[in-house]
Amino acid sequence: MSTIESPATTILRTSLFEMHGAAGAKMVPFAGWEMPIQYQGVLPEVTAVRESAGLFDVSHMGRVRVRGGDAFAYLQHLTVNDVSRLPGAGGAAQYSLLCREAGGIIDDIIVYRLGPDEFIVVVNASNREKDLGWMRGHTAAFSDLVLEDETRETALIAVQGPKAMDLVDQLSDRDVTVLPRFGLDETVVAGIPTLAARTGYTGEDGVELFCPADAAPDLWKALADAGGVPCGLGARDTLRVEAGLPLYGHEMDEHTHPYEARLGWVVRTDKSSDFLGKNTLKAIKNAPRKKTLVGVAMEGRAIPREGYPVLSGNNGGDAIGYITSGTFSPTLGKGVAMARIAAGHAEKETPVEVLIRDTHHTARVAPLPFYKNV
Amino acid sequence: MSNVPAEFKYSKSHEWIKIEGDTAVIGITDHAQEELGDIVYVELPNVGRVLSVDDVFGTVESVKAVSELYSPLSGEVVAVNDALVGAEAVINETPYESGWLIKVKLKDAAEVETLLDDSGYKSEIGE
Repeated sequence: MSTIESPATTILRTSLFEMHGAAGAKMVPFAGWEMPIQYQGVLPEVTAVRESAGLFDVSHMGRVRVRGGDAFAYLQHLTVNDVSRLPGAGGAAQYSLLCREAGGIIDDIIVYRLGPDEFIVVVNASNREKDLGWMRGHTAAFSDLVLEDETRETALIAVQGPKAMDLVDQLSDRDVTVLPRFGLDETVVAGIPTLAARTGYTGEDGVELFCPADAAPDLWKALADAGGVPCGLGARDTLRVEAGLPLYGHEMDEHTHPYEARLGWVVRTDKSSDFLGKNTLKAIKNAPRKKTLVGVAMEGRAIPREGYPVLSGNNGGDAIGYITSGTFSPTLGKGVAMARIAAGHAEKETPVEVLIRDTHHTARVAPLPFYKNV
Repeated sequence: MSNVPAEFKYSKSHEWIKIEGDTAVIGITDHAQEELGDIVYVELPNVGRVLSVDDVFGTVESVKAVSELYSPLSGEVVAVNDALVGAEAVINETPYESGWLIKVKLKDAAEVETLLDDSGYKSEIGE
């Protein structure tokens, strides 16, 4: 007889944990981290980001530094986007994917280029261990390469909203407003050395600030004192659904290829070097599409949620797919969702129905994003 | 600490019950609305529906969460708070007053004795 003991799992805390507690945040476990789901409430936080500037602790996301003479070639091999589109001198980032040879998505990532031989790859918190394993498992052909998981030593704060750039700029040594979308630069903000990148996940303008973990509380405080409204993961998820932005585990996973997740544009089958998944993805790209990801806007007041079936609206209510993410949209005042459905129903304005607790609710296929201000 | 008025009865599923003669007024507690957050949608039964104890009689939804409503008593729905439609925040603001959900004509008054009183509910929610 033997007893199998599960390993003691420790829930991780970001360096801003005490700041969240002091601000009265409601904390929840998320992807192995204890994170703020909300401070004042999802509605006021969504409004703050749409009308002013919100602050998000996204330090739980994985940060992996990739450097060395082979770093560029390694990332070209590992990722589906074309890293050569980022200038060698650094200063720019790109959205990308890690895919398996069979085309399934391992994770969606952002590759930040700091210089000719130096990058930071930001990955989903829920996939950090898996991604690190995948990344370390594909280094054999690249001798001049160092991978460092900097997640615990650094912090990441997103400042998002129409007033975000002005807010950061007044605290920044360098002019951050000149950064193009997806541009990045080192700058000192409120006395703290940061890497500022004009990226985000809300459909608004703004920056994400990388800084040393032990300096993050001072940076957070300075940003809040300057008018940034602390926002939790609840508002963040609602904002990204309004902005039509996919989330790993919802719009995509290992059983989904990029062309079923509105992410075909990321895959550069024409890039000069081979990459993991290239052959399969090239074949999928040229094959007829069976399923696709669309926006769904409700006509009544009912709220679509993940997993709810989507039915054809005009030929007897056949099941055509399911909701991948849904929410009440505070910005639009109605229920909105993303859904993976049969490609034949994907034309915008196509009437569909969402099955909510045994009742059919009318909806329409809607263009994505539902809202964008950047 | 949430508000748990002494004059009401409570269910473990966080409904409050106010007995008015042979009718029970039912809503969700201050603790429940606090846990849910900003309420943006409510689904309630039609007048005339007959409920048994623990029947799901509707849902309340915040931006991010769905919560089912369970009938704490048996009886027929005789009134529904239609004023909540489009004004769901009233449930957050005054859960024990304008935020009431339904009125049920009691089938069996003895069921009231099975409900929690205020101190029972307080210990249920750890207060």
